[in-house]
Order: sequence, then structure tokens, then C-alpha cells
Amino acid sequence: MARKLLLEKANVEGIRGFDVYRREGGYKSVEKALKMSPNDIVEEVKKSGLRGRGGAGFPTGMKWSFLAKPEGVARYLVCNADESEPGTFKDRYLMEFLPHLLIEGMIVSSFALGSNVSYIYIRGEYDWVTDILDVAIAEAKQNGFLGKNVLGSGFDCEIYTHRGAGAYICGEETALLESLEGKRGLPRIKPPFPAIKGLWDCPTVVNNVETLAAVVPIINEGGDAYAKIGVGKSTGTKLMSACGNINKPGVYEIDMTISVEEFIFSDEYCGGIPNGKRLKACIPGGSSVPILPANLLLKTAKGETRLMNYESLSDGGFATGSMMGSGGFEVLDEDQCIVRHTMSLARFYHHESCGQCSPCREGTGWMEKILRKIENGKGELKDIDLLWDIQRKIEGNTICPLGDAAAWPVAAAIRHFRDEFEWHVLHPEECLTRNYGLAHYADPIEIAVS
Amino acid sequence: MAEEIKNTAPQNLKVTIDNITIDVPAGTTILNAARMVGGEVAPPAMCYYTHLKDSGGKCRTCLVEVSKGSEKDPRPMPKLVASCRTTVMDGMEVKNITSEKVLDARKGVVEFLLINHPLDCPVCDQAGECDLQNLSYEHGAVQTRYEFARRTFEREDIGPYIQLHMTRCILCYRCTYVADQITNNRVHGILDRGDHSEISTYISKAIENDFSGNMIDVCPVGALTDRTFRFKNRVWFLKPMDAHRDCDTCCGKVTIWNRGDEVYRVTARKDQWGEVQTLPDGKPAWICNTCRFDKKNTSDWVIEGSTKIDRHSVISQGHYQGKVGTSVAPDPLEKVLQGRKPHLLMDIHDESEVNTTEVHLSEIEGPSVFETFNGDPHASGHNVTDVKIGVGPNEEGTDSTNPNTL
Repeated sequence: MARKLLLEKANVEGIRGFDVYRREGGYKSVEKALKMSPNDIVEEVKKSGLRGRGGAGFPTGMKWSFLAKPEGVARYLVCNADESEPGTFKDRYLMEFLPHLLIEGMIVSSFALGSNVSYIYIRGEYDWVTDILDVAIAEAKQNGFLGKNVLGSGFDCEIYTHRGAGAYICGEETALLESLEGKRGLPRIKPPFPAIKGLWDCPTVVNNVETLAAVVPIINEGGDAYAKIGVGKSTGTKLMSACGNINKPGVYEIDMTISVEEFIFSDEYCGGIPNGKRLKACIPGGSSVPILPANLLLKTAKGETRLMNYESLSDGGFATGSMMGSGGFEVLDEDQCIVRHTMSLARFYHHESCGQCSPCREGTGWMEKILRKIENGKGELKDIDLLWDIQRKIEGNTICPLGDAAAWPVAAAIRHFRDEFEWHVLHPEECLTRNYGLAHYADPIEIAVS
Repeated sequence: MAEEIKNTAPQNLKVTIDNITIDVPAGTTILNAARMVGGEVAPPAMCYYTHLKDSGGKCRTCLVEVSKGSEKDPRPMPKLVASCRTTVMDGMEVKNITSEKVLDARKGVVEFLLINHPLDCPVCDQAGECDLQNLSYEHGAVQTRYEFARRTFEREDIGPYIQLHMTRCILCYRCTYVADQITNNRVHGILDRGDHSEISTYISKAIENDFSGNMIDVCPVGALTDRTFRFKNRVWFLKPMDAHRDCDTCCGKVTIWNRGDEVYRVTARKDQWGEVQTLPDGKPAWICNTCRFDKKNTSDWVIEGSTKIDRHSVISQGHYQGKVGTSVAPDPLEKVLQGRKPHLLMDIHDESEVNTTEVHLSEIEGPSVFETFNGDPHASGHNVTDVKIGVGPNEEGTDSTNPNTL
């Protein structure tokens, strides 16, 4: 069994409380970090090769080093806990069971970045998690890890939680900052990037919950030791939230050397597909990344085994690959309808589009309507081409990545499952009563690997 | 076809747009640099407005391709960028109308803007001076591919002067910037999210502010219209004239739109990009509501002369021919008739003896003119009745268009 860095202590009785967490070795990284210089911490994170766990996978150390440091201007660290991507729930698990791990990571990161006031922007629906975090923050403050003069080092640090109001778009970092400032959550036009002009026009770093939590083991064990785990540029461990047609849905911490096949079928992780069904398709990284049919999921186009890491999942580009994304692993078995699934995603993005820029505002709604039409057996063959054309005109032409996120699932569904769309159009009666089932893209493996 | 255009502004950065190189001061956006070049090279802009800070970036019609980032970093930018919000770098190379990608994306954006637009131009007051109309003429497709119900809203009177017709809105946010930056408080904004978001006042509050009328001027479509002008006239029947008066609140420099002696409406003066002009002192020529809505007599104004309309907009088609460089399509009729003079499409005299008159209609020169058609007895011109030999002008004032009147 691979080593766990983040969730190792998640099942310890009472770990949510400060005392148990401290007894289990918590907050050691704060003590260590405060003796280091902020630049050394940034260097350590750079060495670790840690990549942003929110979806884009941008190297965290690099992001930190971009932070502008003008004299006399405050700098901010904001934790992006607005986890709203369908299929992703790893941050909730982490905050719910190990709130102190996030606080610890944030104190260290705040010190490294010189942020005296840091914020946790948490998804509005996670109200009970906010309460857990508030308790953890109060406990940390009582014990001298937060507040004025942390552990006598002269460094002041405050952390505040801020609940969102239920908008997916506020997970986009600049929309998050707008919302945190009390405005409508509309993404800003970049540049300037938050590292130059972020919260209240001050330099700001926005990081995902898991990214900030991962800073703790990096400081404790050193960047080099962290970089040894994993493979290539995918270092360390990654939390995957697995759901869909699997025997054991849940949050798993993986080191990024295991194969997709092992992740789905091994008892240690998802435990295979229930009721003896076969694998049809999978979205490996949260709803906005391209869906992959089973044959391309388990093996890359070159015939290599696909591994659960950034490089391997994106091998082949969007033509035959996908993305690691935020780690929302959704498995679809042979009974699932791709058209219906795509429609459901399109409905989500239509609902969550902020309406600021025209391609996304109008295009997402249009795609949903067409998909609904096809799913209800009223589609025409030209609608499939139209869908393709619409997604092509949204992608890359919007202010923020929500446009891309809305376009990619539709594009991938048509790219890999065009025959299923056509079947819906050509069999309007039948598509209402039964599903298309498996086709040539089905998994070549008959027996589950354990 | 590289061509150098010299600019009088401080020469700092060199940027090449569609193979035309121009020097612009640092901090200039690609859009403004392209406007300095002028003509077709300037990308269309639906939400950007020079005088409104932070506007732009939303409509995505001004997307351009940056094929070379700068002299220092020659890598092309990975995505199309909004030219109104991207500043020029030294040595940057930009493709606008020379890029297939840009034209394709722009066509897409126009289609997106139109799918929920009612296309009620025939009954819209903005028709003729509508940015969206111009944009669709230049970049739109012939036919829509959208076959679902369009989003609609109820019309709403916001205050005594302005009517909001949200169905036509393309959510450019310009009017909210006007309220934020020109009036002393904003009482309207965007409610809701996504494609059902709407411009509205909080619980239908009235917009009453000295400068609120400028929202009408900045609105690129017919979503915000002048209640004192609604359905009074089509803009192309009006003659725009520059005029001014002494005003305590604003600059008093306006365009009045007349028909005969009657002032139908008053607007701010617009430049060739459809934006409010900049005054010699550098300030934008916003006008107050008194000038706009209450001064509807020619005697209120000192008239300076006709407004020059430079841009080839729908309003200019035909009317301002020649001045705006539009070309008129050759009349195909003559060719169709194989050289015969195109008086009537069908010569009925060959078909019916009943209609035979003494004079062959095709010998009459030209069509009837305005005066003769309306029965002016003293008019001379080409009219069927004028050629009735021996009858002459109808001094009694009876209907001269009736050939039975003697």
C-alpha cells in the first residue's frame, strides 16, 4: 500500500480537535517554517514539484515566486475552498476530517508569502464545514499558532473563513476575489493576474485546499523527499474523489504511479464495477475534463498503460487523452447514456455561466437545448454538427475557463461517442426506452484485476 | 504590402496590425492602435467605450490574434485576445481581418449575440444607428441556426425619460458604468446570472439623475430608448445638426435631430466609432437631461451646421452616399430589359387594347416626381397626366393624377 501524506491520520479518533492533532505530530511544520526564511520555504516548495490541485496543475512554487512584493503593500493568501465541480469532493473530506491540516498549511504558506491576513473562501453549501474550520481556527489561535506574534516569531497571521453564495463561477480565482470583496462574482479580465493585482488590488495568491495542505509534508520532510514520490512531473500524492458506477466510491489518496486500471478495479481503491457490469467510459478529473471511452482510458493511443498522473492522463492531447483536473473520477458503466450524461453537464454549465461574456452566456444555453432535443428523440443529424460548431466557437474565446469547461465535455462526447448521438437521432422511439450500451469503444478487459 | 503610418503622438511602441505598422504611445490598447490606423482594420466593439473606465472585454467581438507577442518575447499568444483590454507591446504583430481564426470567432460571437435578440428592427427605435445591426451586416450569417424560443422580458419604464426593453439587451454593461462614473449614484445593475441575467433597477425604482440620459447614448442596441422619442420617427428621416446652448450642468454641445423645424430628439455628439466625442479640453461630451429631454425647440439652440456622418452605418445607406465611400450596386434592370429603358417592368399595351392610350408609355422620360405625384397643379414633370395633350396644368386644383379630370 502506498504511503499517505495527507490522509494518514484522517481516521484517528478526535483528530478534528487541536489536542489530538498536535499529539499526532501536527503543527510541527509551523515550528520548523518559522525558523526558515520565507524564500527558503518557497524554494522548498519549488523543489517539491508540487502542482496546483485545483485543476490546472500549475506548479505552486512557480506561482508563489510570481507574487509581486512592492514596499508597503499588503499581500494576501486566499484558499480556494469553493469546490463545486460535479464529481469533485476531495476538499470537503479534507476540511471535514483534518481541518487543522489546512490551517497548518495556510500558516506556513502565509509566512512564506508574507500574508498577514489570509482567507478561506468556502463553498456556500459547506456550511457545517465552515463551522468545523471556525472552531479549528479559534483553537489554533488559543494555542498561539495564529494571531499576533505567532510562537514568538514576530509574524502576525489571521485566517478568516468566508462563505460563498452558491455560485460555481466563484471557484474561478478572479471571480472568487470579486466575491470576497463583496461584489458580484464575475471573473476579471486578465492580465493583470492576481499575483500582481488581486484582492483589493494587492498582490494575492489563490491556492486550492489540497495544495495548501500538501505544503505541510513538504516542509516536514523536505521538498526533495516529496519530489521522490510519484513519477516525472507528477510528484507527491493526489486525492481522488471517485464516484459513479463503482463498488467503493470515496476519497482516495494515491501516489501517481498506479495505473487507471488498478485504480478502478483494485479492492484497495474503487473496487471494480458493481453488478458485474462492464466499463463504458470515465471522466478522470472532474466534470469539465474530456470524457474517455474505456479503451482509451486504460491504454493510451500509443498502447501504453495509462497511469493516474498529470502526464499520462493528458497523453495524446484532447484527441485521445484527457486531464487530471481536480481529481473528480467519475466512472460510467455499460448502462449509462452518454447523451443524457452530456446533457446533464451542459445543463450545469448553462446554469452556472455568469453571463458576463457572450459566447459562454448564450452558447451554454444553446448547447443544453440541443442536447435536450437529441436526448428526447427529436434531434436531427445536423444538430450534432451544430453542437460541434458551437462548442468550437465557445472554447478559448471567453474571459475565464468556464467557457472551455463547458465546451470540452460536449466536444469529447461527440468526438468519442458520435455513433451514440447518431443512434439517438436515427432511433427516436428506441432512444427513449433503452440505452445504446457498449460499442467498439468498450473495455478490452474481461476480468477485473485485483 | 507593409505600409508606414506616422502618428503625431509620442512615438514609443511599434505595432503591426494586419501588415500595417504604426507607432503608438505605451499603454495604448490594440483596439485603439487599430483605430488610429482606421478603416477595416479597427475591430468592432460592442461593450468597450473609450470614456467609460473598465468597460470592455465582455462582448468578445473585438477578439484578435496576436501572432507575435513582442520584440522581446516573440511567441504568439495561445488564445485570441480581447483587443480592447490588451495593451500593445513593442514589436507586437496583430492579425485582425487577415486571420481566418478571428473572422470565424467573430462570426460565432455575432451569432451568439443574436440568438436571444428579438430581431425586431422594423419596430425598434435604434434601427439605423444600432451597433448590433451594423455588426450583423458586416460579420453575421445570412440565417440563424437557432430554433428555440428566445428569451423575453417585459418592457419597463425606468423613470420618466428612459424605457428599458431588456429583450433587446446584449449585456454590454455600458449603462452600469455610466451610472457608476457619470451620475452621482447607481440605482440599477445586473440581476440574476447567465443568460437570464437582466439589467434592472432594484424593485423597479426610477432612474432620476441629471446625467442618466447618457445611458441611452451608450446603449449599443435598442434596449434603452428615449421615451420622449419612442416611435416618433425613424432616425434616417431626421437630419442631424450640431448645435449648442449655454448650460449650467453640462457642456451644452449636442446633436439635434430635426425634421423640418421640429426637433425630434437631442443626443450627445458621437465620433466615427459611435462613441461620445471628446471635447477640446479632453473631457467627454456627456450631456445633461435638461438639454436632452426638455429643449425640443429649434429656438433653444444655436445651430452650427449639419453633422457629418462618416461611418458607413445602416443610417447612412443611400442618404449619405458618396460622403461615406459606399458604392451603389449597378442597377440590373437595364440588362434584363436588353437595353430598353426601364420604365415599366411589363409593357401592358402589348397585351391589352383597353389600355392603349395615345401616347406610348415608354416614351415618357423618367418616373413621376414628388410634386406631380402629389397633385401640385403648377408642377411640371414626368407624369402620366402631364402629357395629356391640350389639357395643360389643372388650375382648379383637382386631382391631376386622375386622367379623367379635365
